Amino acid sequence: MIVDMRSFWRTLDRGSLRDIALVCLADAIVGASFGAITVSGGLRPWVPITMSVLVFAGGAQFAAAGVVLAGGSPAAAALAGLVLNARLLPYGFTVADTVGGRWWTRLLGAQLITDESVAFTLRQHEPRQRRITFWTCGVALFGCWNVAVALGVLAGAVLRDTGSLGLDAAFPTVLLALVLPSLADRGTRNAALAGAVIAVAATPFLPAGLPVLLALAGLALARRPAATAADANPALEVR
Amino acid sequence: MPLLAIAALAAGTYAFRLAGPVFRHRMRIPDRLQRLLSVATAVLLTALVATAALTQGQGFAGWARPTGVLVGGALALRRAPFPVVIVAAAATTAGLRLAGLP
Repeated sequence: MIVDMRSFWRTLDRGSLRDIALVCLADAIVGASFGAITVSGGLRPWVPITMSVLVFAGGAQFAAAGVVLAGGSPAAAALAGLVLNARLLPYGFTVADTVGGRWWTRLLGAQLITDESVAFTLRQHEPRQRRITFWTCGVALFGCWNVAVALGVLAGAVLRDTGSLGLDAAFPTVLLALVLPSLADRGTRNAALAGAVIAVAATPFLPAGLPVLLALAGLALARRPAATAADANPALEVR
Repeated sequence: MPLLAIAALAAGTYAFRLAGPVFRHRMRIPDRLQRLLSVATAVLLTALVATAALTQGQGFAGWARPTGVLVGGALALRRAPFPVVIVAAAATTAGLRLAGLP
C-alpha cells in the first residue's frame, strides 16, 4: 500500500470524509432494501430492526433472513449468518490496536468492526489517524445503517403483492452484487460455483437452510493461491 | 424469526469481533485460516444467490425470478449503481410475470 503523504499528518482529510460519506450512502441503500425486502417477505417489523442493531452485518442479516423466508429453521439461519461473520475474527486482530486499550473502547469498538470500517482504517498509517478514521467511519455507518433499515421497514410495510412487483428477485440480486467482486479470484470462484451447484441439487431433498450450509463442501475445491503469505494477507502486512 | 435465533447470531458475531481486541497479544490468526474464512464467505453467499434465485420451497421458482437476477448481475458486473441493479432485476421479473411467464 502506498502512503499518501499529503494526508499523512492531517487528522481526517476531505477526501477520506467524502469517501466515508459515499460508503454510508451506499450502505444506507442496502439497509433500506433489507428492511423493505424482509418485511414485505413476511417478517415482523421488529425482526430486521433488532437484527440490524445487534448483528450489524449486512451479508449475514440478508443470509439469515433469506433462510427463514425460504422456510428454513432458525438454527440454520443463525448458523449461515455465523459462517459469514467468521471473517470478522481476523478483522478484529487487524484493528485491535486501533480499537484501543481501555476495556470500554474495546467493547464499543468491537461492534463497529465491519468490512468497510476496517478497509478505511487500513488506508491510514499513523495510529492517531487510524483511530479517528475507525471511529468516524464506524459510528457513521452504524447510524446510517440502522436509520435506513427502519425507513426500509416503513416502506416495505405498505407494499402489497410483492410477487407481481418482482421483489423476490431483489434479495438474490443484492447478495450477487455483494459477492461478485470476490469471485474475481479463480480459486474462490471455483469453490463458490461448486458450492452453488451442490446447494441447488440438494434443495429438493433437504429441509430449507441446510443446502446452503452443505455448499461449504465446495471449499474443498479452493486451491491455495500461488501467492506469498504477504499477498494473501495484506491486512497484517500493513500493521 | 424468533428472538433466540437473532440473539444467538448477534452473540456469536460479537464474539468474533471482540476476540481480536481482547486477545491481540496472546494469539495470532494463521494465514491459512484467514484465507479459508474469506473463501467460505464467498461460497456461502453464492450458494444463497443460487438457491434464492432458482428455488421456491423445494421446487423450481420459475423463469421470471432467475432472469431478473441475471439482468441485475450483468449490470453489477458493468459497475452500474446499486439502486439501478436492484430496480432492473425486480422490473425484469415483474415484466416477465406481467407477460405471463411465472
